[in-house]
Amino acid sequence: MRRRALLWGAAIVLLAALPPFALALGQAFYIDLVRRIMIFALAAISLNLILGYGGMVSFGHAAYLGVGAYAVGILAFYGIDNGWLQWALAIGASALVALAIGAVSIRTSGIYFIMITLAFTQMLYYLGISLAVYGGDDGMRLKIRSQFSGLVDLGDSVQFYYVVLALTLLATLLIHRIVNSRFGMVLRASKSNESRSRAIGFSPYAYRLAAFVIAGAMCGLAGALLANHTNYLTPDFMHWTRSGEIMFMVILGGMASIAGPLLGAFALLLVEDALSAWTQHWQVFLGPLLVLSVLFFKRGLAGVFAHKHD
Amino acid sequence: MTKALLDVRGLVKNFGALRAADGIDFDVQEGETLAVIGPNGAGKTTLISQLAGNVRPDTGEIFFAGENITALSAPKRARRGLARSFQITSIYPEFTALQNVALAVQAHAGHSFRFWRNAMTDPALTAPGRRVLEEVGLGARTDIVAANLAHGEQRQLEVAMALATRPRLLLLDEPMAGMGAEESQRMIAFLATLKRRQTIILVEHDMDAVFKLADRIAVLVYGRMIATGTSAEIRANPEVRAAYLGED
Repeated sequence: MRRRALLWGAAIVLLAALPPFALALGQAFYIDLVRRIMIFALAAISLNLILGYGGMVSFGHAAYLGVGAYAVGILAFYGIDNGWLQWALAIGASALVALAIGAVSIRTSGIYFIMITLAFTQMLYYLGISLAVYGGDDGMRLKIRSQFSGLVDLGDSVQFYYVVLALTLLATLLIHRIVNSRFGMVLRASKSNESRSRAIGFSPYAYRLAAFVIAGAMCGLAGALLANHTNYLTPDFMHWTRSGEIMFMVILGGMASIAGPLLGAFALLLVEDALSAWTQHWQVFLGPLLVLSVLFFKRGLAGVFAHKHD
Repeated sequence: MTKALLDVRGLVKNFGALRAADGIDFDVQEGETLAVIGPNGAGKTTLISQLAGNVRPDTGEIFFAGENITALSAPKRARRGLARSFQITSIYPEFTALQNVALAVQAHAGHSFRFWRNAMTDPALTAPGRRVLEEVGLGARTDIVAANLAHGEQRQLEVAMALATRPRLLLLDEPMAGMGAEESQRMIAFLATLKRRQTIILVEHDMDAVFKLADRIAVLVYGRMIATGTSAEIRANPEVRAAYLGED
């Protein structure tokens, strides 16, 4: 327990200290890189709630990344750059989309669940392509980043970094509380042994759906952040390979562990960054690395830090 | 007409050509222990599953505390006070013994849309959980992960989870299955302490246990309940002797 607190403390200090060091060393690039990683970590953290703790293998989590990004982009397109409004819409719209997708797909399980979530997300992807007003498959530029009544300036790279850091840590804390709450216990129990859960009186459906909506809403926020980070949004945010990438972060980092998605996002995107700087054919090398890491780290990267039994 | 806690009428269930329940009628009075015996494949587990709501009967009706529950799902029946244990151990292997029973308590403590407070530091769940573990003899094993419990202990946990829901009717499907002789004796002694304050339907092969625990015995053969009565009546029944007991 103390060991874990120490590791978390060290990680938070490191992340908080990064911008001044990067600036002092003239390597501002790293601020952008780690900010991007943390945005994806937020998406992975949200997916971990349903995939890791809920046992719902959603292969369409990028949908909410896209919905969140489009919520910001579309409001900005019509000249509304109030960040409170944009981000509230990003979260609300993602929650609604998750409610609709979840209501249908959670009635299925196994391979059908995977295919249905994938199909819904591809529908949204093609919807994005067909929206010519908003750039079709080229997407559109975000002319101005979300405005927060002068409170923070996302145009400032360092300020934006700390906003992302704070939100990612907040999401981590929130998921930690949720999975240990009564709600989380039902969610995890129903993953562990559904027929036992039903026999003692739980109807898992409503709890799973609620978790699905929470995860969608949280990923919608990541989408709003991503649109601001790239100043650009395209239907590619919702492409199925994106869903796969987020899922991979969770599996690589360690499913059903609090630190897992963070570790997974950092590992995957840092290796990707290093390899792509080194060779144009980086994906050829990334593939085997990923296979090896899954074979080698059975409980994910988080398992390396954990004791034998949790 | 007496007011039975459970009243089963004309239960029929076919699996293809196999008739697992062939017009079963019986009732269970409040406070009574009814043992269901019968040879392998007689439909005992199917009967428990139909009572618990895991299997829907083709025809027939089940009344529980005066309410027709035939169409209710398993979770709804559980919330009305029907709890079952499984013949093949069904627990949460990666949770501790205490977490297992605390979940059973939680299932009967209102809705679980509570997102913030740690469930395992909530005495409303852990205190009754510890009490039940103590009762079944797992008091010293509360923090052991269920997968690491011995087989006999897992069987005890299985029964503890059903009890933790504070059921009005406890359905026990071979609670002694796979237990050693000593463990079985302890379980029988424990179940004997539940008599009178707990209504029980007990499916069991061990005739010693049945004669010790049951107020009444029902004999199931090929989906038909060929006799019900006290142990003396069952022992004397020629049809039962022919079908089941008389093999020695």
